[in-house]
Amino acid sequence: MATLVRTIICAVVLLAGAASAEEITLPSDHPDGTLKPGPGSEVAQRSCALCHSTDYIVMQPPGDQKQWDGVVTKMIKVFGAPLSDADAKAVAEYLARQYGR
Amino acid sequence: MGFLSRRQALGALGGAAAVVAGRTLTGWAQASDPIVAGRPLVRYPQKTDLILLTSRPPQLETPMKWFDRAITPNEAFFVRYHVFPIPTRVDLTTWRLRVGGHVDRPLELSMDELKAKFAAVSVTAVNQCSGNSRGRFAPRVLGGQWGDGAMGNAEWVGCRLRDLLTAAGVRQGAVEVTFDGLDKPAFGSVPDFVKSLSLGRVLDDGNVIVAYQMNGAPLPMLNGFPARLIVPGWYATYWVKNLSDIIVVDRPFEQFWMKPAYRIPDTPCGCVEPGTAPKATVPINRMTVRSFLTSPEPGTRLAGGRQAMLKGIAFDGGYGIREVEISDDGGTTWRRAALGRDLGPYSFREWSAAWTPPRSGAAKVMVRAFNRIGESQGTEPLWNPAGYLRNVIESVEYQVS
Repeated sequence: MATLVRTIICAVVLLAGAASAEEITLPSDHPDGTLKPGPGSEVAQRSCALCHSTDYIVMQPPGDQKQWDGVVTKMIKVFGAPLSDADAKAVAEYLARQYGR
Repeated sequence: MGFLSRRQALGALGGAAAVVAGRTLTGWAQASDPIVAGRPLVRYPQKTDLILLTSRPPQLETPMKWFDRAITPNEAFFVRYHVFPIPTRVDLTTWRLRVGGHVDRPLELSMDELKAKFAAVSVTAVNQCSGNSRGRFAPRVLGGQWGDGAMGNAEWVGCRLRDLLTAAGVRQGAVEVTFDGLDKPAFGSVPDFVKSLSLGRVLDDGNVIVAYQMNGAPLPMLNGFPARLIVPGWYATYWVKNLSDIIVVDRPFEQFWMKPAYRIPDTPCGCVEPGTAPKATVPINRMTVRSFLTSPEPGTRLAGGRQAMLKGIAFDGGYGIREVEISDDGGTTWRRAALGRDLGPYSFREWSAAWTPPRSGAAKVMVRAFNRIGESQGTEPLWNPAGYLRNVIESVEYQVS
């Protein structure tokens, strides 16, 4: 009985909360999206994951250096990714090496 | 458990950490579809098991088994955000919908006011990502590599956008209306996700609504709680979630998410020769005709010579489905399917057809739909660089024994 009363109280509290505010908790990045190891992987993981999970990269069609140069340039020019020229080059080369054709 | 072999090492880890901050790792997609097979199945707040495309911002795809019916349950509805962070907490005591810009009387409406001051209307409409099925493009294109599950159909209830605009008093010279939600990029350099529609588009169509109810319940947070824009017939990119600001503007709005993003070639088919670039583009708009065979699921073993019931859904960009046909001889002959209940021109339309598989071996069933203005689906997929508008005739293979 005590359990039932407690359950009802909890339900009432939850309902009162639900009437005004809605809240969820998001999970952390899924491990499947982690970039492959290799030279440049650390700077790539750090730079890309600043704004988005790296499953965005892992799922893309394999591409040559031109494709990945284009992607990195877009991230810098359109989305303002804060990469130095040296890091941008390192990331693009890493991506073409690990996610190339 | 049946995990794919390349997942086995991770499977052991997954078992140890099955519940990770709001996500239950429930396994991996088992579909025969190579695009989604092996992707993690995850359970997000207010959601059932969905196929993970990306974690941050979240993009979750609906498994095809949910499309054996006209209405997609809220918990199974796909999720697609553009920028991060996304809203995870909304307090209705402080949330307001602002209607402003080129208007005489700017509004700030609470949810109670939205419901009390404006008539509630209902529309059943398909919400489909522009890039649904992008993973199937050949040559492949960059972007979210969706299978076919970035779509869903729900009954939406809310108030008419044009009633809100009338109350605010649109001024002379207004040309477009912009829509912004609570998702705000962490870095000022990232373009905020804001979309626009022409004033004519929203004033002419009483089915464009601000919805606060989805299938009889509040919207799940990840589908736009507490309110989202509903633009029946048009791709989901315009259906702005967690809506907060509606701004009337007196010049075309051409920020990143309208231009250069979400554009299609300015050609009659919205397509170009595969691998080439369009000369000119326009904002993506009305959805193409599509149909899917979803039951029995692909790869199911059927008894040869014994009648089976095929079922699925069809939809278009708002004219309504007139006819669905199936073919089991590679498209040489087509047979009409029975249509289910009509939930309006913007909805999924269920279809069914009795079919007797051949005696043995593999069998392939194709499905195509026609809408009420005669538009249909192609035998060859159309192509454009962004991977939009896909609507090739789909086919499903069964094992017959």
